[in-house]
Amino acid sequence: MTKNMNRRQTLAMLGLTGAAGALAPNLFVGPALAAHPEAPTGQIVVGVSQEPTVFNPLMPRIEVDDGVQLSVFDGLVRISPEGEFIPALAAEVPSIENGGLSEDGLNWHFKLRDDVKWHDGEPFTAEDVKFTLELIMDPNFRSWRTTGHELVRDIEVVSPTEIKWRMEEPFAPYMSILVETMMVPKHILEPLEDRNEAPFNQAPVGTGAFKWGSRKAGDHVELTANSDYFGEGPYVERLIFKYIPDLTVLYTQFKSGDIDIISNQYITPDNYAEAKSLAGKEVSVVPSPTVESVFLNNEKPQFQESAVRKAIYAAIDKQTIIDALYYGLPTPSESYLPQQSYYYNPDLPQHDYSPDTANKMLDEAGWERGADGIRAKDGVRLSFSNSTTSGNHLREQAQQFIQQSLGEVGIEMTIENKPPAVMWGEYWTQSQFDSVIVGIVFTTGADADVTVRFASDAIPAQGGRGSNTGQYQNSEVDKLLEEAGRIFDQVKRKEIYGQVQEIIREDLPLLPLFQYATVRGHKEGLKGIEANINTRIDTWNAAQYYWDQ
Amino acid sequence: MAGFLVKRLWQSIILLIIVSMIGFGVLHLTPGGPLSQYALTPGMTQETMDRIAEQMGLNRPLPIQYLDWAWRLLQGDWGTSYRDQQPVLTVIGRHLFATMLLMVSSTVISIGLGTWIGIRGATHRYSTFDYTATVGAMIALSIPTFWFGLVGIYVFSLKLGWLPAGNMYTIGDGSVLDYLHHLILPSIVLALVNIAIWSRYMRTATLDVINQDFVKTARAKGVSERRVLMKHVVGNALLPMITLAGMQLPNLLSGALVTETVFTWPGMGRLFLDSLGYNDYPVVMGLLMFSAILVLLGNLIADLVAASIDPRIRLA
Repeated sequence: MTKNMNRRQTLAMLGLTGAAGALAPNLFVGPALAAHPEAPTGQIVVGVSQEPTVFNPLMPRIEVDDGVQLSVFDGLVRISPEGEFIPALAAEVPSIENGGLSEDGLNWHFKLRDDVKWHDGEPFTAEDVKFTLELIMDPNFRSWRTTGHELVRDIEVVSPTEIKWRMEEPFAPYMSILVETMMVPKHILEPLEDRNEAPFNQAPVGTGAFKWGSRKAGDHVELTANSDYFGEGPYVERLIFKYIPDLTVLYTQFKSGDIDIISNQYITPDNYAEAKSLAGKEVSVVPSPTVESVFLNNEKPQFQESAVRKAIYAAIDKQTIIDALYYGLPTPSESYLPQQSYYYNPDLPQHDYSPDTANKMLDEAGWERGADGIRAKDGVRLSFSNSTTSGNHLREQAQQFIQQSLGEVGIEMTIENKPPAVMWGEYWTQSQFDSVIVGIVFTTGADADVTVRFASDAIPAQGGRGSNTGQYQNSEVDKLLEEAGRIFDQVKRKEIYGQVQEIIREDLPLLPLFQYATVRGHKEGLKGIEANINTRIDTWNAAQYYWDQ
Repeated sequence: MAGFLVKRLWQSIILLIIVSMIGFGVLHLTPGGPLSQYALTPGMTQETMDRIAEQMGLNRPLPIQYLDWAWRLLQGDWGTSYRDQQPVLTVIGRHLFATMLLMVSSTVISIGLGTWIGIRGATHRYSTFDYTATVGAMIALSIPTFWFGLVGIYVFSLKLGWLPAGNMYTIGDGSVLDYLHHLILPSIVLALVNIAIWSRYMRTATLDVINQDFVKTARAKGVSERRVLMKHVVGNALLPMITLAGMQLPNLLSGALVTETVFTWPGMGRLFLDSLGYNDYPVVMGLLMFSAILVLLGNLIADLVAASIDPRIRLA
């Protein structure tokens, strides 16, 4: 039944009825899966350009770590490509309708599956859930994100398959956060004194479709099929994540057939045309949730006026950047949200590249060209620096192109690129930049909550707790974000986040350029591959992969 | 001899302390830190980053961090990798084998071939062989290793399909033959530059010796040309090469960086680059100390070997 509905209808229905649990089994079994083998057969080598090194899923991690962890562990719920919550370790997704959530969103009640075993044979129970949620908040444990978890109070294990807790305040994005919260085994970790350097962290025991096999540091991680997996799959004996640090070499090994799937960071745009024509490979363009923008430091005197920000935006020739530099792959964007997001607002004003408009706006606002051709007003020169990670060639070319475009309307943009560790250190977190070109996933998990990115009290440079490094402040946005965080009705939330996108499009604290698309590829005959914009990595459903016989 | 060793030991310890202080300072004073890789993580907050920095002890004053690190090192604790959460020595050890394998095989190729080409070039000066070797060496020295690597992969892996396109072994195989098969291309590519260097050095050194009086004397005595070459010329020409070889030891850590990247060889060069990229201070410091020790050790061994071969060298 779900297959006949479009995404929006499905979601609207889910928002109103909360019947995600009931629909879930159908979502996973597409027609393509009919031919999978009876017993796990063969192996798949996934090439990644960064090395997975973090295997305790509660510790700070990057995308490629997710790739391994999503195969070894499970959360209570997972998220489908369409954005629906699907029960994983939970027996059903709690909602107000099924009584799992109280009307005020404060009381959460999870029913768990009773047929799940850890890879060492111990049963998975509600005690493990309690332990996991508590470990995240343990001040001695190096856990990565505590957003949402910090609100959890009075965790109560009702029975081995039932757990309840209370939230300090209603927090709708928590379900999305739970999607990214993998459960860890109490019986292994609790007896240990130091969980930061536990042997478990290098030989994890999970509930997932694949068991930990071995790791050759600097080279690869090998996982083996878990024949006792509670869900669909796995259909291959071994899943291998091979570390290939150079993107050119990664692509070469995809061509040579040494790797079966080219994963993060995929095929570079310049190789797309060739990749499409490779024999025996399937190559496709997949939208990514990352949105590229010229990110402004809104506290800088140059950017105080709305007219200036709008003029800079009008002077940037987005389409040429996309077509000439990025091989036409990305999609122009007006929002910080990916266009596939349920919460995306498609009615935002369209960007119109026009140096004339830019000139006119600046003239009218009283920014006059000085002797050097650069505009100034009240002693402030319209000159600023722009930074990004040095060595990112496409982005550096885009930078130079923007520099030229802005020069034509009397704005000086200097380029100050830095190596990654410097760029994204205090220079970024403490807002020491003028402007930056950066690709960011603004959402929290798959949720459209952007409080940590845009709320006034989230500015680290001003003592805030979040990551609002652009120092954007708008009390109306603050109010709307707070409101949307507290309600559980998806339709209402969509309305509010639509308003937030409108205000941010009008204020332009950042100048959205485009939403990225990645070029993915795998060998022909490899089935079960499905893109999911709501996860950080392509191998989120490796349990479904199999070789066509 | 014992006096020499004691003196060398003291010098080495002082040197190591200086190296460690400079290295630690430069590394930690560089802006950014090991947490910057998480700055763009969706939902990451300053609060979380501050907490993790606190837990990792990154907020302490630099001298305290240094003393803490040095004190642990004296007790044999090299620290734990930030990136990997493994003891530093374990991390280094895991990458050492790959590098050793590559370096040893490429060194054997380069010293063997380089020495031979050098001697032959010197004894057959201005011959076609000599000119070819000279031009070949210039080409090998001026073209970057990664180019040779990529061309090698293109020709021998993608086009001809004779050799693998990188990696140390086939996952799931890993037999000796499999290792050797994977070793051919990277070790030759890595050796190219060194063959060039060795052959040039060896040629010059041989020419130096060949014109000296004792060689003429040997010839005058009626010693066969072959014996003159092997016993008198090569033996003496090799002497400066031993010092050179000793100084190659630290290259175990850095020399193969490019080759390791092109051929996805999980060795020390890549470990160093990755650790620097992540600001994994404990591993970078570990590698720094490790290579400093290797430099000192290499020099010492070279001195000792030279002294044992050439009785004119006295160690004092």
